[in-house]
Amino acid sequence: MSELATLPTRHEEDWRYADLAALETVWPVATETLTLAPGEQATRTLVLDGDSAVVRDLAVTLGAGAEFDLRVLNAGKAYGRLSVRVVLAKGAQFRFGAAQVAGGEQTVEIVTEVVHAEPDAVSNQIVRQVLGGRATGNYLGRVLVERGAIGTDGSQSVRAMLLDRTATANARPELEIYADDVKCAHGCAIGELDREGLFYLASRGLPPAAAKALMLQAFLSEAFAGAPDEETLTAAALAALEDVL
Amino acid sequence: MSLLSITDLANEVAGKPILKGLSLSIGAGEIHAIMGPNGAGKSTLAYTLGGRPGYEVTGGSVTFAGEDLLAMEPHERAAAGLFLGFQYPVEIPGVSTVQFLREALNAQRKTRGEEPLSGGAFLKLAREKAALLKLDPEMLKRPVNVGFSGGEKKRAEMVQMGVLDPKFAILDETDSGLDIDALRIVGEGINAIMRKPDKAVLLITHYQRLLDYVKPDFVHVLAAGRIVRSGGPELALELEEQGYEAVVA
Ligand SMILES: Nc1ncnc2c1ncn2[C@@H]1O[C@H](COP(=O)(O)OP(=O)(O)OP(=O)(O)O)[C@@H](O)[C@H]1O
Ligand SMILES: [Mg+2]
Repeated sequence: MSELATLPTRHEEDWRYADLAALETVWPVATETLTLAPGEQATRTLVLDGDSAVVRDLAVTLGAGAEFDLRVLNAGKAYGRLSVRVVLAKGAQFRFGAAQVAGGEQTVEIVTEVVHAEPDAVSNQIVRQVLGGRATGNYLGRVLVERGAIGTDGSQSVRAMLLDRTATANARPELEIYADDVKCAHGCAIGELDREGLFYLASRGLPPAAAKALMLQAFLSEAFAGAPDEETLTAAALAALEDVL
Repeated sequence: MSLLSITDLANEVAGKPILKGLSLSIGAGEIHAIMGPNGAGKSTLAYTLGGRPGYEVTGGSVTFAGEDLLAMEPHERAAAGLFLGFQYPVEIPGVSTVQFLREALNAQRKTRGEEPLSGGAFLKLAREKAALLKLDPEMLKRPVNVGFSGGEKKRAEMVQMGVLDPKFAILDETDSGLDIDALRIVGEGINAIMRKPDKAVLLITHYQRLLDYVKPDFVHVLAAGRIVRSGGPELALELEEQGYEAVVA
């Protein structure tokens, strides 16, 4: 993911669902790099919000046995995009938890490329989206297991909750495996709020918007479980939800 | 004057008529029991009073504390003092009972123009009601009903009722799934929370056993969407001995 000189087009796979008009306002986008030495541990929390377009591009290299925990709330009122490429050396661990919240005409997207370059590395991605209005939420996630990267464990769990029939979720988890003895799993699901749960909460006195917010907050918090900033992220997600409900 | 008055209530669920002209009047200070065969419409009555979407009222009226119950949204019915104990309490992953219950209670208080309860005051209240129902208060920190046993779910329902302190409770088979000791604890809990001169209860049950603890003033038989017979507490015993066919015929 080196810096691109010219504005991407929709023909490029990673930009297929992008809001190119919004992208133009912040182009070009510099790549932020992060390298973890062997055995090093780091956590990062990114909140993409505000009224104008936010586009971030990360390139992460994890040394042998390094552990990186990245949590994201993508809830800008204009275009919000995070792309991240992670290369894992032997026994490295990458944990990714992202929540996307959008309403109106907004597009939010996350593009990941996780490269298991050496054996026994573990990557775990959880993406939760809540989309209302005519919003679009995208997750394009590629897991590449290179030749010889035996003992790889890679998982992707992507779920979206649509508040309106007019909202769109695009989820494309992708696996490319060139090694044996590899454990990779991906799942994605698009759904609506459980009506029975909503009625149960209403029967106890919760107004509909509060009941929805509570259930959606719980859904999004799956992306933040175990994060050092869990409480802050959950509160920020709730504030974002209140804007789209 | 009656606290809850149901007149000729008719409804449809998924286009199918279930309640067919049901009338029932419940006064303050009274405990009523409804019994009736499977599929008679007992849970449908409970859900309809609670305002569950999909339970479309096609006729009749319901007055609660002088107000038109059917004109209210489900959460407004709760704020007006109605509580529905579910036959099958719903599991809500990720949402803790204390969190939602405090929000629910404060939403009700707000509607009634009362001050919200502080976190500390709420926890004290929740612990007190958990102790009354002998439910480990730690369970209330877990997601709503998730991983609870059948009996724990029913006890947690009664803890919620204790916290919300409703004027009127309709309890749909709260006794099912309870072991012998839990039945007594829940029965005594219902009495402690609801047996007051300004409150009333409608118990839906299949068995006399709950009625040994929560003694009803009136017993009704619901069959095919209507109340087909009403009587005193002795009617429950008669039903238990003879079955519905003999009594309803
Ligand atoms: N969503 C639905 N769609 C179609 N029919 C329904 C639906 N819900 C309930 N019914 C029907 O309504 C009727 C009454 O059901 P209800 O649950 O009220 O019975 P009940 O008296 O509570 O029975 P039980 O003693 O078994 O709990 C049944 O025939 C049932 O199949
Ligand atoms: Mg029933």
